[in-house]
Amino acid sequence: MSKLLEIENLDVDFLTRRGTINAAKDVSLQVTAGEVLGLVGESGAGKSTIGNAIIDLLESPGEVSGGSIRFQGEELRGKNEDAMRRIRGDRIGMIFQDPQTSLNPLLRIGEQLVETILKTKRIGQSEAQKSAIELLESVGITEARARLRSYPHQFSGGMRQRVVIALALAGDPDLIIADEPTTALDVSVQAQILDLIRGLCKSRNLGVIIVTHDIGVIANIADRVAVMFRGNIVETGEVAQILGNPQHEYTKSLIAAVPRADKRLHRFASVDYIDGTGDQSSAGLQRIDINTHWLGKKSQLQQTVAQSSEASAIEVKDLSLAFKLQGAILKRNRRMLQAVDNVSFAIAQGEAFGLVGESGSGKSTVARLIAGLHKPDSGSVEIIGQNVLGNQKDPLVKAARLNLQMIFQDPYSSLNGRLRVLDIVAEPIRFYKQSDNEKHTRQLVYDLLDHVGLGGSAALRYPHEFSGGQRQRISIARALASRPRILICDEPTSALDVSIQAQILNLLKDLQDELGLTLLFISHDLPVIRQMCDRVAVMRNGAICEIATTEDLFNSPQHEYSRHLLELMPRMDVIGG
Amino acid sequence: MLSFILRRLGQSVLVMAAVSLISFSLFNFVGDPVNNMVGQEATREDRVFIRQELGLDDPIPVQYFRFLGNALQGDFGLSYRIKRPVNELIKERLPATLELVFVSAVIALVFGIAAGVYTGIRRNGWFSKFILSGSLVGVSLPTFIIGIGLIYLFAVTLRWLPSSGRAGIVELGWWKTSFLSVDGWRSIILPAITLSLFQLTMILRLVRSEMLEVMQTDYIKFARARGLSERAINFVHALKNTLVPVITIIGLNIGGLIAFSVITETVFQWPGTGLMFIQAVDFADVPIMAAYLCFVALVFVIVNLVVDLLYVLIDPRIRIAGR
Repeated sequence: MSKLLEIENLDVDFLTRRGTINAAKDVSLQVTAGEVLGLVGESGAGKSTIGNAIIDLLESPGEVSGGSIRFQGEELRGKNEDAMRRIRGDRIGMIFQDPQTSLNPLLRIGEQLVETILKTKRIGQSEAQKSAIELLESVGITEARARLRSYPHQFSGGMRQRVVIALALAGDPDLIIADEPTTALDVSVQAQILDLIRGLCKSRNLGVIIVTHDIGVIANIADRVAVMFRGNIVETGEVAQILGNPQHEYTKSLIAAVPRADKRLHRFASVDYIDGTGDQSSAGLQRIDINTHWLGKKSQLQQTVAQSSEASAIEVKDLSLAFKLQGAILKRNRRMLQAVDNVSFAIAQGEAFGLVGESGSGKSTVARLIAGLHKPDSGSVEIIGQNVLGNQKDPLVKAARLNLQMIFQDPYSSLNGRLRVLDIVAEPIRFYKQSDNEKHTRQLVYDLLDHVGLGGSAALRYPHEFSGGQRQRISIARALASRPRILICDEPTSALDVSIQAQILNLLKDLQDELGLTLLFISHDLPVIRQMCDRVAVMRNGAICEIATTEDLFNSPQHEYSRHLLELMPRMDVIGG
Repeated sequence: MLSFILRRLGQSVLVMAAVSLISFSLFNFVGDPVNNMVGQEATREDRVFIRQELGLDDPIPVQYFRFLGNALQGDFGLSYRIKRPVNELIKERLPATLELVFVSAVIALVFGIAAGVYTGIRRNGWFSKFILSGSLVGVSLPTFIIGIGLIYLFAVTLRWLPSSGRAGIVELGWWKTSFLSVDGWRSIILPAITLSLFQLTMILRLVRSEMLEVMQTDYIKFARARGLSERAINFVHALKNTLVPVITIIGLNIGGLIAFSVITETVFQWPGTGLMFIQAVDFADVPIMAAYLCFVALVFVIVNLVVDLLYVLIDPRIRIAGR
């Protein structure tokens, strides 16, 4: 079979003020028609750079400094802008990560499709319209003719990604480069989109390059895989061979770090191969003795209130909350969204409780209701036996609230960029007056930073100097600073790479063990839930479908929707062990 | 959609009611109108007579509703100074101001958007940098200095254009236009440029920063990856997305153009409503001041209404919420 795309010894440099960064070094790849090549690696590995380099759309300081890119036997390097424009869309199509942002919000789907078709083919307006309809049908959009007049915001995320795929196919390209095509989508939609891409690849005999950080996606869709690490391709081969029997150390540790859905391990394997990023493995941390350590002591506020050790850590009864989608004076004209619908559960002290569901299922809203960030329409929330929905100034309510802290999903927006880490972590200590003086506060902060694996030297720096994983450690330190008994973790690792995810989850596990914390762990990621939680509640459309122990849920799901979710989980059978 | 328009209209009525109340209060707070109207030698009886004649002895709410009723019919009473109906005076002066504002708005829009797009795309070109530093002048210099500078350059030194006044007027019914003669154009050009300069630079900078932002978005990158031409990307995909915030500012600015025409009209002795207003202020001619206030408010309200409707036309996402 002839090669569709051959990349040889490609070097991509980014010239910055701090010197040249080699985003890709000596990269060689081949793609044949009818084949899906997976390009996998963690953020910063240079995988997107290669996709952009192929169609000459590198971001400004980036440039190809060496090697060759041959497409259908033709050298692409050194072609001028006009020639490249004829290749883009016409012969090489591109699919981007976020369907929310890759369509122009102000133009109808039809306009965007027709415009692209007219650019690549010499046909009239009405014929272009016809072929736009055919394209939409071929990517599985029903009532295509009517849909042409819709705007992007009238589609769901998955449908938009289908439109994006239709746009990429508009010029009948021979090669499709899909850059994280399913990362922004829910599991069930992800499965459909991957099926679609794979189907199109086979039926149209396309070459497809899938760029992703998700080994699960690779296992599901790719024929061959290339593993990238810091701009280098460390290993290339058939998917089954690479995932089942990886040769390179990095590939081995990367695969080991993927959370397993099939069995529960005590700890996550961390990617030890990564060096010099400043993230220390949490293995070497000093252990905390809860009986003598500051974190184990009760604060004054907590001491004044006798707290039963038998009560549930969190007990939620008949919790409901509806959001107003559209206001109106008349009640019947209002459009409401029932975000949380009659949710009840109880979490025992020291338990790790998981809340799993797709986006929009209301799992984060439940967390925010418990944390007091929203007020429920009805129902009750008890924290360690104390109803916390009453008067917020009541010392009993305050003491109960003090027991609960939250860790948010996005480590970039959940830390105030204008404060030093010291002040960020010290804020709860100062607010609850938990230290005797400023010197003591500082000491406590240094101590906390030590425990989350950052070291006291981090205290004087600002959040932007840290990586995503390190920021999440700062968030954890801040949450621990008020000496909570309960941590709510709202998707704490979904913005992080696999290897960093493993470290953060291990840290949370260790802290839970040492401090006897209760965890409410919210995630869309079933394997992560399996590793972290004792019991799980599955949520859908604001209501709980099923509550079961983790082992029961994964071995014999009772509810139809739980079974559906489990089936959609990417198959990792190819990975041995 | 209809309910959206009705709601906006309702809000506009509220605003106008508030403004009319303020303009009405001018009558009572800017000195005693009778004193302004009669001479030194008027007798006490004369004063009482005028008072009763004008209804100034009635309770304040009665006076207000009378004022409101008259104003709704376009009747703002007699000018104290010129002794002619205010609405006639405004009708006479209005074409001059509207034409001036129209020309300067067109200048500001055309050059502002064009230069904004250009500097947004060629971010680092020397010409972009030249335009940007030049635009600082427009933002930082006060209108009257620019006006006087232009007069000095083009009227006094070069003698290309007239320094002031409105020449070459052609009458179309009651509307006197300066668009139909060369002299008319020659006299409108300097005041129009003066008036537009501030708006032009605002629009330029706004379009530029919006362009810079939009060019970074994924859909522009995706449009590139589909091989669309630069022109389609810049003028169809990017420009349309910059327009929503730009239209807001432009809408407010066109109201501002009319309000600020006061200064320009004074510098150029342009016989528009702004000049009339300044003269009215000098003589405490309250009916004209009150009418002018209502008029400017009405312009702002109408322009904002139009802007809201334009939003809906441009951005389909707003259509959903408004329905």
